[in-house]
Amino acid sequence: MTYADCLRSAVIALRANLLRSILTSLGIIIGISSVIAMVAIGAGAESRVKESIESLGSNIMIVLNGSRTTGGARGGTGSNTTLTEEDAQALQRDIPAVEVAAPAVQGRFQLVFGNTNWSTSIYGITEEYMIARNWQIDQGRAFSEMEYRGAGKVVLIGSTVAEKLFPGEDPIGKVIRINKVPVQVVGVLVTKGQTPFGQDQDDTAFIPLTTAKKRVLGGRWVKSNLVGSITVKVRDADDVGGAEKEVTTLLRQRHRIPEGGQDDFNIRNISQFLAARAESTRVMGILLASVAAISLIVGGIGIMNIMLVSVTERTREIGLRMALGARRRDILTQFVVEAITLSLLGGLVGVALGIGGSHLIAETGEWPVLIEPQAIMMAVGFSAAVGVFFGFYPARKASKLDPIDALRYE
Amino acid sequence: MTTPLLRTEKLSKTYRIGGGDVRALVDLSIAIPKGEMLAIMGPSGSGKSTCMNLLGCLDSPSAGSYWLGGEDVSQLDSDALAHIRNEKVGFVFQQFNLLARATALDNVELPLTYGRVPRRQRHEKAEKALAAVGLGDRMDHRPSQLSGGQMQRVAIARAIVNSPQVLMADEPTGALDSRTGAEIMALFQRLNAEGITVIVVTHDAQVAAHARRILRFHDGRLVSDEAVAEPVRAAETAAAALPEAA
Repeated sequence: MTYADCLRSAVIALRANLLRSILTSLGIIIGISSVIAMVAIGAGAESRVKESIESLGSNIMIVLNGSRTTGGARGGTGSNTTLTEEDAQALQRDIPAVEVAAPAVQGRFQLVFGNTNWSTSIYGITEEYMIARNWQIDQGRAFSEMEYRGAGKVVLIGSTVAEKLFPGEDPIGKVIRINKVPVQVVGVLVTKGQTPFGQDQDDTAFIPLTTAKKRVLGGRWVKSNLVGSITVKVRDADDVGGAEKEVTTLLRQRHRIPEGGQDDFNIRNISQFLAARAESTRVMGILLASVAAISLIVGGIGIMNIMLVSVTERTREIGLRMALGARRRDILTQFVVEAITLSLLGGLVGVALGIGGSHLIAETGEWPVLIEPQAIMMAVGFSAAVGVFFGFYPARKASKLDPIDALRYE
Repeated sequence: MTTPLLRTEKLSKTYRIGGGDVRALVDLSIAIPKGEMLAIMGPSGSGKSTCMNLLGCLDSPSAGSYWLGGEDVSQLDSDALAHIRNEKVGFVFQQFNLLARATALDNVELPLTYGRVPRRQRHEKAEKALAAVGLGDRMDHRPSQLSGGQMQRVAIARAIVNSPQVLMADEPTGALDSRTGAEIMALFQRLNAEGITVIVVTHDAQVAAHARRILRFHDGRLVSDEAVAEPVRAAETAAAALPEAA
């Protein structure tokens, strides 16, 4: 018997018990569609976490000033300003794993434009900061070399600030005041959205580091080389841990901290935290998919069940086929093909439902989903495998029947 | 006389049921020439079914030898027996055993699919076989759309489609009324006249009377083997049972 004959007789047999065939496939349909949907949800969540890592700037750690203890009272992070611009230069120069080390100062100020105003975080930055945090310009331009070095009266604003201060207006070229210092808006930053922690990354404004120190912050900052933080970008994500140790060692050396002494700085390693989060998202995705896979196995057992019933019901048919010259192998093939047809059809319907369901989840739940072609191919292959695996035992049982007993079976 | 088509030598079958042995067939030695029309008779449990299963290569003997068409088939494995059944033996059963979901043509083609006959040849052969049993106009009917006699004709077409050397019929008229039964017997006689060896297993003496030779079994042994002087002409009985044709 050729495979085409087997397939033909399988389709005839399955059509003869249409409702039963559909109900049996339902197990596979549910299994496959939920695997597809769950994998899509898992992949979507993973890609969203990856995106937010990208938006923070990949592979970064932030070095902050340490705390000072005055008469028993310990100040918080940053109360003991010891980091310098030279520290940043040294980190970038002396540690090969470090791509850039960007010094920055930060403060919260009221921005005033005409009769509107908005309070936001102002960062005094260098060009390296733009690289480290992966900031791009949406409109206008970045700061020039001259503006960075010569305390230019210019500002880059985030999209949230642009909306608040210039609703419906073009902000480029407008002059705003930060702490009474007039600065000109030269560019608007590309929207990054929220951090994974819920902070609005676009509610910010950048001015050159020199401008911040000399004109905005003033006071003790004017003549000092001190900075509020150093953002370090590491070349390779896998090096972040090692680089952190090297940064610590180098800074302790530069700050002449004796063996056993407390660090006078803090290192915040965000990307590592996010990597862990990405990992946990991935694990969640795998868990979801495995739960779905279990339902697929349950579907397979349903197929086995129905095939066993079918073999019993068709005992006489099997005996007849044997009397007419079917070898055991022919009977085995016939029933395995029938089981595969059942599971594969269920698999294909399941794929369609899974894709549809994923889109529905994406639209109604605003949940990111990502359907990967490999997941679909795997699902189809898996459903065929389920047919072979769960169809084999009933088929073998059929092929082992004695033709005389089978013919006499009532 | 040439070599017989079927020959058995001390053919025996012993079943093991529970603790004891049941000797279903004991030392059967017969020769059946080509073109014979033979009836096997006996009460239930006499060994006639076992005899048919062995002669039809559905079962292997416990002892003894069996030659079918000159080939010793008593030692073959199940795949080889399947091949012999496919090519050399045609079966007709009491309950017709047609596939309910398939058309008459598909049913008749079934043995050919196991013989790996190409599709177009299958159609031709099946159509010819159906025409030979007088059902050339019912090829696309399903068993449920056919009468009992027609279903048995489809089964006979299926049995002869592969031009077998022997046709084995197990109570072929058991599920039919007497007139239809006579028609079926007439068909067997016609096929036999065309050269097919026919073996009919029955407990019904009237059916057996259509054969030219009757074997009687009792308790697993052949008790008589006699020729029938004047076999009943089934075509005449069938015609006589039809009032309007009389």
